[in-house]
Amino acid sequence: MVDKTIEHFECGHRACGGCGAATAVRLILKGAGEDVIVVSPTGCLEVFSTPYPETAWKVPWIHSLFENAAAVASGIESALKQQGRSEKVLVIGGDGATVDIGMLSLSGAFERNHNITYICYDNEAYMNTGIQRSGATPFDASTSTSPAGSCSMGNKHQKKDVPAILAAHGSPYVATASMSYPADLMKKVETAVNTPGACYIQVHAPCCTGWGFEGEKTIAVGKLAVETGLWVNYEMVNGVLKKAKKVKRKPVEEYLSVQKRFRHLFKPEKNEAEIQKIQAIADANAEKFGIDI
Amino acid sequence: MKEILEGSHAVAEAVRLCRPQVISAYPITPQTHIVEALAQIVADCRLKADYICVESEFSALSACLGAAAAGSRTYSATTAQGLAMMYEVCFNVAGMRQPIVMTIANRAMSAPLSIWNDQQDSVSLRDSGWIQLYAEDNQEALDLHILAYRVCEDHEILLPAMVCFDGFILSHTYEPVEMPEQEDVDSYLPAHRPYQILDSADPISFGMYATPDYYMEFRYENQRAMLRAKDAIKKYGALFGETFGRDYAGLIEGYHLEDAEIALVAMGSICGTVKDAIDEMRAEGRKVGLLKIRCYRPFPDEEIAEALSHVKTVAVLDKNISLGSKGAVALEIKDTLYGADIDVFGYIIGLGGRDIRKKDIRAVVDLAEKGSGDMFYGLREELL
Repeated sequence: MVDKTIEHFECGHRACGGCGAATAVRLILKGAGEDVIVVSPTGCLEVFSTPYPETAWKVPWIHSLFENAAAVASGIESALKQQGRSEKVLVIGGDGATVDIGMLSLSGAFERNHNITYICYDNEAYMNTGIQRSGATPFDASTSTSPAGSCSMGNKHQKKDVPAILAAHGSPYVATASMSYPADLMKKVETAVNTPGACYIQVHAPCCTGWGFEGEKTIAVGKLAVETGLWVNYEMVNGVLKKAKKVKRKPVEEYLSVQKRFRHLFKPEKNEAEIQKIQAIADANAEKFGIDI
Repeated sequence: MKEILEGSHAVAEAVRLCRPQVISAYPITPQTHIVEALAQIVADCRLKADYICVESEFSALSACLGAAAAGSRTYSATTAQGLAMMYEVCFNVAGMRQPIVMTIANRAMSAPLSIWNDQQDSVSLRDSGWIQLYAEDNQEALDLHILAYRVCEDHEILLPAMVCFDGFILSHTYEPVEMPEQEDVDSYLPAHRPYQILDSADPISFGMYATPDYYMEFRYENQRAMLRAKDAIKKYGALFGETFGRDYAGLIEGYHLEDAEIALVAMGSICGTVKDAIDEMRAEGRKVGLLKIRCYRPFPDEEIAEALSHVKTVAVLDKNISLGSKGAVALEIKDTLYGADIDVFGYIIGLGGRDIRKKDIRAVVDLAEKGSGDMFYGLREELL
């Protein structure tokens, strides 16, 4: 039984007030328990937690590059095996490092089924470089590289479905979670690190700075994503959907309207047609995962 | 025991004798036979190691970095495009001071695509913070791997090393090699005792970011370690001689250099051809010698300056070109001999696997004697 009162991620790091990723990491480490080695790719997390000579990590931690965390983790796991050690190897990286630039090494590590858990904190853009779109940026979100303009509604593509891609690699455990549901997140991390093989969890982690809302609303915004069906919390065991969190769905407008990245859908006037496209994404999610109560 | 082995297999056996615990590599010509042989060695339980079949060279070296940071002795091998794909990781490994040893089966860079030999690949990584050793023949290639681990893992050094040997010319050539005994290698190369590792019982952070207040000191420490590596290579090269009977105490090697008026400077397998050509020229009474660079990084500038102090003319043979400038070795020899009354000429030769024969070496010496240099040698004028 993991002692969830122990803090492995120290206060005093330099994340923005209300940072969803920082809260997610604190919960992830509580779920992972003792005897864990963490690998992080380049990203917000690395930057705000480890300005030399300070570190927020109370577990062994390594950062190498933006795109190779899964490969570094593969090597660590291999070395531990050779040395007869039993520590758990955990990757915690952002969506840019996971969904975009890290896909090559991520796919390789999952194909080889290393005994690692890879957790993507998904704040839906490259946040530490100034809010540019990634493959995890949702449809119509305005970012600095997918800006809304007189002839653009923002990001033209839907989120890349990385959980499905990794499940297709034969991963024994793939889950999604939200930092707004701490007990669920911690339980899924505990399950993943105790499941042999390459496991994946994608954690929805709202970014108050990047998305444009007040820091005290992070948990509420994260909840709205789940309650509207734009983010679904589910578990897949050996590629089969086992459980998805059911909700009494709210209209997507409630989620979109509280974030500046979707402001262009409401100003100068409300764009019903465009909002309906996003509603259709939520409806499709609801049908696919059977989340409607 | 003397064995007749393909160069790649000699290297694979040398690696086996060093007992790495984690091997990670992606096959690429002409490195392929090394990693195939090692895969078989692991499959046959002749080496207790984990062989990670990665999906790219990028992940190969990244996996080695993870394994090294977790405290295991690690090995990889690559060439040309594969090394280029590792570029970012190479700098990272050196900056994180991980003592990884990697074979480079030297090959020309594309485009145009070429699988044949020159040394552009590793020379282009000269600034990455890796020790670079160049082998003249397969015996030296074999020996330098054992030496490299001994040097790299010294806590005063903690740097990665590339052992470079010419693709095909050495990697695919059968030569007799003296294969060291395991017990001798074990006594020369003790079990790896890493300096700091990822360990949940003693958690530390690796690979943090450094602000302008700290970054420069890290680079300075890297430079100091590289410079210390000169003495470490000499020390462990001499110890190698005591243990195995083949001496590698020098970062450079001279051949008929003591009384030479004109000196050729080269790295790698070309040195064998140069020695043969020198034998011919010496028989004709010409005072020609060779300075072979075995250790290119750290660059043995003082040793070279001393060894060449008495010559009148230096002809540097570069199997690479720093486009827009000159051959990389020629540039550094010019820098090293700056202020001395010695003419230094550079010749770009043998790129993309073009043969280098004794008569070519003789022709280069003739050119240097005439004072003609800093040129591509052996161009086919009809194609230009």
